[in-house]
Amino acid sequence: MSGKPKLHYFNGRGRMESIRWLLAAAGVEFDECFLETRDDLLKLQKSGALLFQQVPMVEIDGMKMVQTRAIGNYIAAKYNLYGKDLKERALIDMYVEAIIDLDELLMMYALQPADKKEQYLANIVDKATNRYFPVYEKVLKDQGQDFLVGNQLSRADVQLLEALLMAEEYKSDILAKFPLLQSFKARISNVPTIKKFLQPGSQRKPPLQEKDLPKVMKIFNLGQ
Amino acid sequence: MAGKPKLHYTNGRGKMESIRWLLAAAGVEFEEEFIETKEDLEKLRNDGSLLFQQVPMVEIDGMKMVQTRAILSYIAAKHNLYGKDLKERAWIDMYVEGTTDLMGMIMYLPFQPAEAKEKNLALIIERATARYFPAYEKVLKDHGHDYLVGNKLSWADIHLLEAILMAEECKPDILSAFPLLQAFKGRISNIPTIKKFLQPGSQRKPPADEKFIAHVKKIFNM
Repeated sequence: MSGKPKLHYFNGRGRMESIRWLLAAAGVEFDECFLETRDDLLKLQKSGALLFQQVPMVEIDGMKMVQTRAIGNYIAAKYNLYGKDLKERALIDMYVEAIIDLDELLMMYALQPADKKEQYLANIVDKATNRYFPVYEKVLKDQGQDFLVGNQLSRADVQLLEALLMAEEYKSDILAKFPLLQSFKARISNVPTIKKFLQPGSQRKPPLQEKDLPKVMKIFNLGQ
Repeated sequence: MAGKPKLHYTNGRGKMESIRWLLAAAGVEFEEEFIETKEDLEKLRNDGSLLFQQVPMVEIDGMKMVQTRAILSYIAAKHNLYGKDLKERAWIDMYVEGTTDLMGMIMYLPFQPAEAKEKNLALIIERATARYFPAYEKVLKDHGHDYLVGNKLSWADIHLLEAILMAEECKPDILSAFPLLQAFKGRISNIPTIKKFLQPGSQRKPPADEKFIAHVKKIFNM
């Protein structure tokens, strides 16, 4: 009855990418059903499959789950990536929520008007290097352990790695001042399931190309 | 060591209000320290009290917790308002994310440019009545229970009540097409801890007025 999880989204990163990362890190195989046109989205909405008419949607364990955070929480808990108790979960949640904030900033770059892009990028770099990265660098320094929480791999580590790699796509030396984040990046990238996901041919999606933006905007009826 | 939770925020709803609701519904007494000026916020930042330099921050069980959802999840789990297993938690999470999106739209309305206000208000009403409320009405209809998940009070019910009351402040008859939500509203409002929170003199905050918005903009450099 429960086959592989099935992901419904467009063929790109967006809000589904962190879910792909989490499933891959947990070693869970998944299928994907891509929305190519606005009609695909409308069809899905009409079928009643989308609780709030939105994607991401993931069919998993008999549920049609929506809301990125809800899906992420479920997968993390199911596959033991959510710490061992309430307090570890609290820490993981705090770290992950901030990463989501940073991801949001990165994701919105593509939607900025051309004349605002440079300033927006400067803001991303400022927030990443002054607000977010110093926190994780300090956590790693204070604990001297390989992982962010509870001395074992958790969702926080997976999502931080994803964010670090994404940030480097915007500024390749963005980790220059963060030696522990650099070694963290290497270490977590070498976790076998994650290493596999980082190789070509995996279900990891590339950054959104400028030429693909109109198609995405059309599917979601953005910026008419 | 474990005293009452202590909330750090401005003296208004914002992102802290859902936390106040949850603590109140759980029957947990809490203290509040209000940020009145930019200097108050700077002091908290310079103290190292704010992990990402942001509020809400809640001192609870020896932690200085930040990030609204992290705080809410912790309180819900601690006080048995998060369902009995993983699947119930999944449904609660989904429902709460929906009401968070709706309340987020309402919260940001005063911060939108004046010329967009009417359009944004219309969008809020459309989303509430065409996207969110129908979903919750259907949940209640399909299982016929008093509560959204697991036939028992959870964070999802408390959050939905908060969202309903906030939406009614935008349009008083916004629930007119939703009889089950009307009954739900009456029912959940009557839960003793929640009833108490809804009475004057509680720590529930009023909607932001023009003066308060200007005040907040100043503190947060908006």
